[in-house]
Amino acid sequence: MHDRALINVEVNIVPFSTGERRKRSRGDKRILELGSTIKSTFEPVVQTSLYPRSEIDIFVHVLQQDGGLLQASINASTLALISAGIPLHDFVCAVTGGVHSTAPMLDLTTLEENDIPHVTVAVMPKTKKVTLVTMETRLHVDRFGDIFKLACEAGQVIHKEMKRAVSERTQKLVTAMEMGPRVVPSADVGDRDAMIDDLNDY
Amino acid sequence: MVEITIRKRPRTDAVVTQRKFFKKTARGKVIKVIRERYLRNDVSCGIEHCGLCESGSEATLPASGAFDHELYPNGHLIVPDTNVFLSQMDLMESNSFNPHIVLLQTVMEEVRHRSLPLFNRLKGLVKAEDKNIWVFYNEYRSETAVIREEEETPNDRNDRGIRKATAWYNEHLSLARPPIRGKLQPPLPTAILLTDDVANRQKAEKDRIPCISIRRYVEGMKKSGLLLDLLSTAGEEIEPTKAVAARQVLYPAYLPMSTLLAGVKAGQLHQGHFNANQYNYLEGNVPAPAFSKPVLLVGREHMNRAVQGDIVAVEIFPESEWKAPADEVVDQEATLRNDDASDSEEEREDDEALAEQKLLAVEAAKRRAAERQPTGRVVGIIKRNWRSYVCHIDSTSLTSSNTTSLSQQTVFATPVSRLLPRIRLRTRQAPTLVGQKILVTIDRWLATSRYPEGHFVRALGKVETKEAEQESLLLEFDVPYRPFGKAILDCLPQQGDSWIVPPKSTTSPEWRDREDLRELLICSIDPPGCQDIDDALHARLLPNGNIEAGVHIADVSHFVLPDNPMDHEAAARGTTVYLVDKRIDMLPALLGTNLCSLRPHVERLAFSVIWELTPDAEIVNVRFTKSVIASKEAFTYEAAQLRKDDPNLNDDLTKGIRLLNSLAIKIKAARMAAGALNLASPEVKIQMDSPESSDPIDVEQKELLETNSLVEEFMLLANISVAKKIQETFPQTAVLRRHLPPPKTNFEKLQDILMKRKGMVLDVSSSGALAASLDKCLDPSEPAFNTLVRIMATRCMLSAEYFCSGSVSRDTFGHYGLASPIYTHFTSPIRRYADVLVHRQLSAAISYTTLHPSLHSKSHVERTLDVVNKRHRMAQMAGRASVEFFVGLALKARGEKQTVTEDAFVIRTFRNGLGVFVSKLGIEGLVMFKREIQFDADKYTITVPSDNGDTTISVFDKVTVRIEVEKDANTQRGKVKMTLVNPINSSAL
Repeated sequence: MHDRALINVEVNIVPFSTGERRKRSRGDKRILELGSTIKSTFEPVVQTSLYPRSEIDIFVHVLQQDGGLLQASINASTLALISAGIPLHDFVCAVTGGVHSTAPMLDLTTLEENDIPHVTVAVMPKTKKVTLVTMETRLHVDRFGDIFKLACEAGQVIHKEMKRAVSERTQKLVTAMEMGPRVVPSADVGDRDAMIDDLNDY
Repeated sequence: MVEITIRKRPRTDAVVTQRKFFKKTARGKVIKVIRERYLRNDVSCGIEHCGLCESGSEATLPASGAFDHELYPNGHLIVPDTNVFLSQMDLMESNSFNPHIVLLQTVMEEVRHRSLPLFNRLKGLVKAEDKNIWVFYNEYRSETAVIREEEETPNDRNDRGIRKATAWYNEHLSLARPPIRGKLQPPLPTAILLTDDVANRQKAEKDRIPCISIRRYVEGMKKSGLLLDLLSTAGEEIEPTKAVAARQVLYPAYLPMSTLLAGVKAGQLHQGHFNANQYNYLEGNVPAPAFSKPVLLVGREHMNRAVQGDIVAVEIFPESEWKAPADEVVDQEATLRNDDASDSEEEREDDEALAEQKLLAVEAAKRRAAERQPTGRVVGIIKRNWRSYVCHIDSTSLTSSNTTSLSQQTVFATPVSRLLPRIRLRTRQAPTLVGQKILVTIDRWLATSRYPEGHFVRALGKVETKEAEQESLLLEFDVPYRPFGKAILDCLPQQGDSWIVPPKSTTSPEWRDREDLRELLICSIDPPGCQDIDDALHARLLPNGNIEAGVHIADVSHFVLPDNPMDHEAAARGTTVYLVDKRIDMLPALLGTNLCSLRPHVERLAFSVIWELTPDAEIVNVRFTKSVIASKEAFTYEAAQLRKDDPNLNDDLTKGIRLLNSLAIKIKAARMAAGALNLASPEVKIQMDSPESSDPIDVEQKELLETNSLVEEFMLLANISVAKKIQETFPQTAVLRRHLPPPKTNFEKLQDILMKRKGMVLDVSSSGALAASLDKCLDPSEPAFNTLVRIMATRCMLSAEYFCSGSVSRDTFGHYGLASPIYTHFTSPIRRYADVLVHRQLSAAISYTTLHPSLHSKSHVERTLDVVNKRHRMAQMAGRASVEFFVGLALKARGEKQTVTEDAFVIRTFRNGLGVFVSKLGIEGLVMFKREIQFDADKYTITVPSDNGDTTISVFDKVTVRIEVEKDANTQRGKVKMTLVNPINSSAL
């Protein structure tokens, strides 16, 4: 990888995270798949070409889970990357959508995931691109459109919330470093961080 | 579209919002489950024009409440607790009971937990239009959600939740309508807790929550008289939800195999096939050679998880505990309607099981002491004979009927065969499987589980489509029906259908040692549309005044060589299976319907039996030879009959038929004199609309012509001659067929009925005596009576079987029904595998070929014949079931135009019904009486009391029944339902 950085994702699910304790081996295929899904979700988003001959590691530790494992991992990874100051083209906001009979639903719990067909969608809210759609159950094609659209909308909502959290945290950091004015912190964060730059528009 | 918002909660709320509980898995592991509960404030109360709740448009409860109760003049609505639904569902379902009900989620969940069938009824109730029920999700409304406290039982928690919700409703009602100035405040309705739990009522009164018991509530209603009858008394003392106990053992454990085998050997235990009783699922029997009557097994516990067809070991009780078989029809579905499929965690001695025991007890009291029969219990299974069973999903056992639901559900699969128990099944696709025929395999039957557990194999298709029914039929009777594989087809002649008998020459292998019979006037006589013609006949006068008669059978063994894939396949299939609209071949069609089929005007290889007979049909000599024939004509029975009867025809072929016929009559007479039986079985013919559509339009009885008997007699003669020959040549391994004389006890019941009802005597001392006494069973007013008796006598007999001559003693070779000392099957090698073996043996017996080593091995022949016997039996049953299905279809078609009523004979009487036989349609049915009737078991009579005199019906009485085909609502199984029309109408009974 002489021209860009390599993204490496490692997922670790602790045995006590679920109701039923189950020891998973390192080579558990489900976990490997989860890792590679996250990896391929972020590959087009992270500006890897800025870091040739380097590696970006994303470690996902699951401490407690009750559904929405993939979406939570992706959302957490987005925030972690931002917090680490890694330049991204956009946020990645993931959410699970499902359908009960004809009523669409969002953000399912394990109980719901086991019962109803669902699809996980990760969107890039600003560029309005979709970077991941994954589905392990069968879903009627007539329902898919509705749920997909709803999940994309939900991505926008999550984006707002993420942005709020990011700016709050940045503000805190800036205050802690006692640099620049307390009210408008953005100017000092500088143009190094493309993402934070974005925030200034809001 | 609802706006998407992210709801956040402080961590301190977790206590309220998380539901935590421990669950024990089926394997005994304990897991901790934490469920997030999303509490909200927008769960609607369901009251119209409520000022506080948002979605008032869907609300169904009027704001003023109901005024029809004398105790609550200000209007009221009721909040019933769980036990109300568990014990008073009939009241709730009543049309005249429709107060305004708030159904709490807590209550719904508890009902579901306690009984799925009741939950399903409750769901139906919620949907019903004439009921005013609002489902309030109290567990999700922040004000009414309750958390289980330390040391609190789940039951108490739920009760507290219900009280809290009731209190909330009362408060909510007052808040929702704040007083408006200048206007008179209308009286506020009250929400009343409806419960029979005294402790609960006391607690409610302490908290000043209005509450009332069901009885008092109903008494205060305007139409109370009607409703009070519906009140179940059980409601008064309902115990709280039981704690999950260890799984109870319902069945005694099996003895170890070594003990079983030792016990059987020592004679303490008895081994046999388990047969379930199709009329009474709580009863079964095991025929044991040590007893003249089969061993009776009464009750689930004593049947101890045996399934139809299993080989079991039974222990016999002391004679004082012997019982008589029940004379009542007990339907599993009716008795166990409310049994719960997903009850796997705790198999309780619940109401159903108790009801079942009660039933047994009641029945036991009614059993007659006279007909006691060895009674015992299953102590072990020698061999399971489980296979895949065709089933329907019982729709009431479903948790969720939502078609998109993918949740795993435990449901009941009801097998099509009445002989099998319901199978418990776990599936994720239950909703889509309802209304389909599915294949289910039993996996295991644990001692702790009332039902066997199985798994779904595949779906066969929608119920009542012909494809699904046909495939299910084949599967049910274990008929191999896959197309022939390549290895098998490779065994066919390479020329395919252009294969012909090569021109006559000494070098050609086909002509080696074959007689040229092409010049003989040979013809075949078969049913119309027959494609696999395997026999043909000829007869001619010899110069010495004797007659030469010949039977020519397709030379299948020339094509089907021993020990190749085609031979193995044919041995495994055993027989061709004839269904009404389909034939499942034993041999590939090229052989069966072409190369081996003795079609007219073409040369075919044959195996001939040629007799010289005196004009009195005495056999002078017989010879067997391989031959080449050319049939001159393929007649149908009818065409042959017409030709024979036409006085204008005098050609040689017609003369030949007449000659054969005259001989057949003499042979038959001789056979009858020797004591052969003339038995009857209900055979009907399905009339098809057209060959393509295969929609049956009607059913008629098969008609027998003289020519049927002609062919039959010569085939019997050929079989007997061949049997003698191969038995002489291969005394150790000859393939023969025998029919054992039935044990006399089989006839006891029929003799008794005949004696008591008609004063007739049935002499069963020998087949000849039986034939003679059957001939005397005549009722001048009822010509069909004789046939009926013959049918019933046939059922008392054993079935004929193939055997290997070296395996049984010489004196048991006889064929009881044909009254022949020796018999085999030689005449239909295209459709029966035993005949192929006989062909090979006969061919070796005349030194045409050498006998294949496998036919020298007694054990190999025995093994092969076991398979053939089983297949033969299954094929017969499949054929009968196919006819039954089509009769059902025809009835349905006929029933659409008008109601079908037919004459029927009573063949059995039960305590609560009649078994009837409709000879015109060849079907048997049950007429059930809902009301109690008088039953005289000794006289085989039932008496139906009515206002204008009692009506008595006995066995052999002629009645008129209305026949309908109705679908069972749960299983989708089409059932023939019969109701009595004459002498009395039973539809009201």
